Amino acid sequence: MELTAAVRGHGITKCFGDVVALDRIDLNVPPGQIHGLVGPNGAGKTTLLGLLLGLAVADEGRLEILGTPVGRALATPEGVAGFVDGPGLYPALTARQNLAALARLRRRDARIAEHDDVASALDQVGLTDVADDKVRGFSLVMRQRLGLAAALLAKPRLLVLDEPSNGLDPAGKKHIRGVLSRLAADGTAVVLSSHRMDDLEALCSEVTILAAGRVVFCGPLSKLSAENRDLDYRLRTSDPRASRAVALDSPGVRIVESCDAVNRHDAEVLVVRAQVPAMDELVARLVRADIAVRELAPVVSPLEAAFLALTEQEEAA
Amino acid sequence: MTATLVEAPATDAAPAAATPVPVARAYRFELVKQFSPWRTRLLILACWIGPALFVLAVSKQSNLPSDTLFGRWMHATGWAGPLMLLGFCGTWGLPLLTSLVAGDVFAAEDRLGTWRHLLVAVRSHRRIFAAKALASLTVILLLVAGLVASGIAGALIAVGNKPLIGIDGHTLAPGDAAGKVLLAWACVLAPTLALAAIGLLGSVALGRSPMGLLLPVVVGLTMQSAQMLPLPVPVRLALPGYAFIAWNGLFAEPQQLSPLLIGVAVSLAWAIVATALAYLLFLRRDFTNLTNDGAGRKALTLGALPLAGVLAASIAIIAVSSGATGSGIDQDKVQRSLATAFGHLYRLQEQQLHRPAVTEAQLRTTASCAKSEGLTAQEGPGNDWRCTVTWHIPGVAITGQAIYQLDVTANGRYIADGDGPKEVNGYFLVQTPDGTAPNPLWQFDGNVDLLPSH
Repeated sequence: MELTAAVRGHGITKCFGDVVALDRIDLNVPPGQIHGLVGPNGAGKTTLLGLLLGLAVADEGRLEILGTPVGRALATPEGVAGFVDGPGLYPALTARQNLAALARLRRRDARIAEHDDVASALDQVGLTDVADDKVRGFSLVMRQRLGLAAALLAKPRLLVLDEPSNGLDPAGKKHIRGVLSRLAADGTAVVLSSHRMDDLEALCSEVTILAAGRVVFCGPLSKLSAENRDLDYRLRTSDPRASRAVALDSPGVRIVESCDAVNRHDAEVLVVRAQVPAMDELVARLVRADIAVRELAPVVSPLEAAFLALTEQEEAA
Repeated sequence: MTATLVEAPATDAAPAAATPVPVARAYRFELVKQFSPWRTRLLILACWIGPALFVLAVSKQSNLPSDTLFGRWMHATGWAGPLMLLGFCGTWGLPLLTSLVAGDVFAAEDRLGTWRHLLVAVRSHRRIFAAKALASLTVILLLVAGLVASGIAGALIAVGNKPLIGIDGHTLAPGDAAGKVLLAWACVLAPTLALAAIGLLGSVALGRSPMGLLLPVVVGLTMQSAQMLPLPVPVRLALPGYAFIAWNGLFAEPQQLSPLLIGVAVSLAWAIVATALAYLLFLRRDFTNLTNDGAGRKALTLGALPLAGVLAASIAIIAVSSGATGSGIDQDKVQRSLATAFGHLYRLQEQQLHRPAVTEAQLRTTASCAKSEGLTAQEGPGNDWRCTVTWHIPGVAITGQAIYQLDVTANGRYIADGDGPKEVNGYFLVQTPDGTAPNPLWQFDGNVDLLPSH
């Protein structure tokens, strides 16, 4: 079955005066995929999200959204929703009034349908209890949730979100991740920009890494880990001294003596640097040496490591 | 570099084409936003209640605001109250109201960071502009309606539906006064719209800057201050705030309609041009860059230069079509205006004293005026006009004479202050068979038509 891509972009270029914000970007997002967009500040993420939302038009290249070629600003088809640079909310209105006004703006349906939609959107993001409070008093977290509810109200087939979990506590993040996962399962494509690698790793099946307006990586997260060279791992075992000896003896494994991300006073923890196959061999050797492995985890996530490595390379270039 | 398309449990229905939200729905959305802040609600409440309370309070005072046009008649008729209020609103109230509404309608989205949200929801810059402009207009009209209704209601409750004394002293029946009061307020809608359009332009061109909000107030006060200066008549009439003054002419007999119509036309021209400029600037704005709020030297130039062009063109057209030059205030006009006003008010005084009615034809009132005792040019504004009014009393061989000191302002309004004889204009009150009453000849307002009489 051939499905219409939610986003199909080829050679997208966008300039602001002399500044090239996007330089021949390719982006394909199928329905039902949560696609991460990551990059340092000024990499072009917001510009790209703006193009997807129809706020701007590419200077060059071809962009199709939900199967419709986009040729001019605000010409994105129905079914695209989301926000960039924070949700747009009116502080003098309550959460419910914000959504109701938006629902009436978008649809001419009967008030009952609108009421149900608003209630459902508020319920999905967990704001039912504060639905009648003025947004003026909302925390950043509540605003983010309400922004997501406003986007959900449009029943989007493509949801474009910029830092949706910005400021969320762990429970809030879990809630939002659940909402996005359900949407994706129902076929909605989600393009998600975030600086939070844990979010992207938890949600995204594919990511695009931007640096200085260019794509430096695009593909599944697993591919990103494989493409990356060495990673630092935190290793906690039953015998740290013996583990150190085993690690020093293992091919392709180096011990990192100084690591900012690891507590220096934790004598039981060893930080080793290796590729995945070398780590597999190290674990086997530890087991053979009768050393119990109590903890083994990347010091920084593969995505974050790749992000840092790739963007640093791009900036150096 | 591309991602692979994978199967997903999505429906593959064709997406609906990108259709902008109709203006009516965007307008309703804007109204919801406009009416939601407490500031707007308080403003509406103030406009619908405040004038009534103000007029009621002033009407109960022994000292009336005689420096404001029609203020001295507030004890005599309920129709003077809304006109006194109109004079005040033309200077302060309406510029302030337009600032708070139109001056903030675009800038508010910058302040709240909601432009992108709005654009994605409405999908049309044009419709957003139309909706915002219409919503601002609606709120401004609601506020003005409140000022009128409240002012009229308060004054009629306090004083009653009685005849109104016009700017030239003639008496208007209550029905006629009511119609003209409403017409006067309708006429000042034109300069109010001009200020509102300037507010829209400032709100678009100046973004988050407080100057965007204050622009209508600054322009309004500048225009009113300019009216106090000795400007040539074509310049005075070409200023968009002139209709805030020219409504006075409705209350003269015959009505001084030409300055009012010119003032209204100029105001409407400013309203149209300023709105068009705001529209063009809004369409040009780049909303992809959040740090750009539309403000900039180019935006200011694009906004200001065409309006300067409108002003220049208006001055030229008025100068050529009317033939008006100089201050528009000359000896002959002052004399005719004063004689007319005195004649009307003399008849009013005769009625108060229950004397036999006289006609103006019988009175044959004339005035002889000199500025600075004839030592300077006999024209222009100043408080050094001194006039002798002469009239004939039916059945009496001698003619009556009274002296008046006139303070003529640059916009043609004057206050004639009685300077004797004391039997005519020497006392504030006169003894009538019904008791004491304000002496209409003691001090009165008048107006000089600045345009040449053809």
